[in-house]
Amino acid sequence: MSLEISGLSFGYRTHSLFDGLTALPLRRGELAALVGPNGVGKSSLFRLVAGLLKPSCGTIHLDGHDTATMSERRRAERVFLLTQHTAMRATLGVFEVVLLAKRGWSGGKARPDDITRVERVLEELGIDHLSDRLVTELSGGQQQLVALCQALVRDPDVLLLDEPTSALDLRRQLEVMHLVRRVTHDRGIVTVAALHDLGLACRFADRFLLLHEGRIAADGPAREVLSAGATSNAYGVRLAIEEAMNGSLMVHADLLN
Amino acid sequence: MRAGERYRRRIFRNSMFVAGAFAALAVAVCIDVAIGPGWYSPLEVLTALVSPGSVEPKLAIIVWDVRLPVAVMAIFVGAMLGVAGAQMQTILHNPLADPFTLGISSAASFGAALAIALGIGLLPMGGSFFITANAFFFALVTSLVLFLFTRMRGVTVETFVLVGIALFFTFNASLAFIQYQSSEAQLQQIVFWMMGSLARASWTKIGICALLLALVVPLAWARNSMMTALSMGDERAASLGVPVVRLRLEMLTSISLLAATATAFVGTIGFVGLVGPHIARMLVGEDQRYFLPVSAAAGAILLSAASTLSKAITPGVIYPIGIITALVGVPFFLSLILSIRKETWR
Repeated sequence: MSLEISGLSFGYRTHSLFDGLTALPLRRGELAALVGPNGVGKSSLFRLVAGLLKPSCGTIHLDGHDTATMSERRRAERVFLLTQHTAMRATLGVFEVVLLAKRGWSGGKARPDDITRVERVLEELGIDHLSDRLVTELSGGQQQLVALCQALVRDPDVLLLDEPTSALDLRRQLEVMHLVRRVTHDRGIVTVAALHDLGLACRFADRFLLLHEGRIAADGPAREVLSAGATSNAYGVRLAIEEAMNGSLMVHADLLN
Repeated sequence: MRAGERYRRRIFRNSMFVAGAFAALAVAVCIDVAIGPGWYSPLEVLTALVSPGSVEPKLAIIVWDVRLPVAVMAIFVGAMLGVAGAQMQTILHNPLADPFTLGISSAASFGAALAIALGIGLLPMGGSFFITANAFFFALVTSLVLFLFTRMRGVTVETFVLVGIALFFTFNASLAFIQYQSSEAQLQQIVFWMMGSLARASWTKIGICALLLALVVPLAWARNSMMTALSMGDERAASLGVPVVRLRLEMLTSISLLAATATAFVGTIGFVGLVGPHIARMLVGEDQRYFLPVSAAAGAILLSAASTLSKAITPGVIYPIGIITALVGVPFFLSLILSIRKETWR
C-alpha cells in the first residue's frame, strides 16, 4: 500500500523541471517532508501527483493503480492537495467552504453526517468560533486553517500539503503538525508536506525527501539527509545538526562565506 | 449553539431570501401589468387576466396582447441576463464581468446595424426576425470566438477578459463605421434598436426564451456545487475534483445562448447582468443554490421595475427600456450598498 513515482518527466515551456524523477515508495502511515530550495519544483511535483498537471512521461502509482487511468473525480477522492495559496475572494462562509470538500457534485443538500464531521474538524483545529464568518474576512493564517479543515474532512489516502504552516503563528504551527502526524499515523495515509522550516520538518517528519536539480537527491531519516552534503549543497548553506536534551534535532544554518 | 445548527439556520434564511425575491418579483409584475397608457383600475386588469371573455374586447387585447407580453418578456430577459451575469462572474473570478463587458452585446448591435443599414443577413430568416436573427448570429459568433480561445493552452482568465474587451471595442468601432455611412432614417432605426425596447415582445419570442431557460436552468442546477467550488479559485476547485476546463466551457455555452438571445430580442440592456448578481451576492453570498435563483430574480425585478417606470414617467409615452434600466437600478443598488452591511449575508 503506497505511493510510487517513477521516471517522471515534466517541464514548462522555457525550462525542464524533472527528467526521469523516481522516488522510493511512500508507505501508508508515513509523514514525509519534501524539502529543497525555492523554484526546485516542489509545488509542481505536488500538482503532478494530484493530477492538476500532466507529466510528459513517467507514472504515478497509488496502491498499484496508475493514477493517469483514474477519473478526475476518483483521483480527487484519493489524493488531496492543499495548495500553497489559500487566500480566497469568494463570498462564502467558513462552514460552507469546509463542507464543500465533503459535498458530492450532484448538488442538493448536505448529509447530516457530513455536517457533524465538519463541526468536529473545525473544533479539532480550534476554529469552530469562525464558522459563521466569511472566508474573505479571515487572516492569512485562519484561511490556511480553513483549507486544512477541507483536507481533513476529505479523508484522502494521500495528503499533499504545500507549505501548510507558512502563515501560522508558532503555536498553531506546532498544533497543526501534531494533528497532521496523528492523522497520518491513525488513518494510515501517506502525507507529504513541503516545508521550508527544517527544524519543524525534523521534529515531525518520519522521512526526508530532498528535491534538487530535478531529482530526489537524498531520501531517508532527517539526520541522514541533513548531514549528507547534498542538503547543504542544494541550499548553498552550511548546515549543522545538534541533538537537544530531549532527543530532538536542532538545525543550524549559516551562509557559506 | 453548535456550528452545524447555525449553518442550518443560515441555509433556511437563504431559502427565505429566494422565496422573498420571487414574491417581490410577482408584485413587480402585477404593477407592471396594471400600469399603462390607457387607465384601467387594477380590478379591471385582474378580471381581464382571469377571464378575458367577461371584459370589453379592447381591454382584453390591451392586457393579453400588449401589456402581458411586455411584462413577461421583462421577467424572462431580466432573469436570463441575471443568470448569465452570475455565471460569467463565477467562471471568470471577476465581479466586473458580464456578457456586455465582453463584447457579446456589441456584436449583437453590430449584427442588427448590418441588417438595418445594408440589408445583409447571415441567417436565412426574413420578415420580423431578420434583424433579430442577424443580431443573434453575431452575438453567438463572438461567444464562439471566446469559446475557442479558452481551448488554447496557457490562456489565463485575465487574457480571456482582455480578449472580450478587445472584441467589445472592435464591434463598437465597426458599428460606428456603419452608422457613419447610413442614411438618416437608418441611423435612427439603429439608434432605437440599440436603446433596447420591450415593445418588440411577442408570445413567440417569450416561448423561445422559456425554452432556452428550460434547457439552461437544469444544467446550472446540476452544476451548482461545482460552480460554488469554482468560486474558491481554479486550483482549489480542481483539487476537489472539479473538471474546471469542461465546466467553464459548459457555462460559457449557456452564457452565450442566454446573452445572445436576450440581446437579439430586446436590444442592448446593460447593467442588469452586472448588478443582479451583485445584489444576490450581498443577500445570500456565492453558494450557487441561492446565488443563482436570487441573481435571476434580481435581474427580473430590475427589468420589471424599469418596464413600469418607462410607462409611468410621461403618461402616454413608453421610453426605451435600455435608458430606464440604469436610471432605476443605480439608486436602488446604491441604497442597497448603504443599507446592507457585509455581515448581514448571514
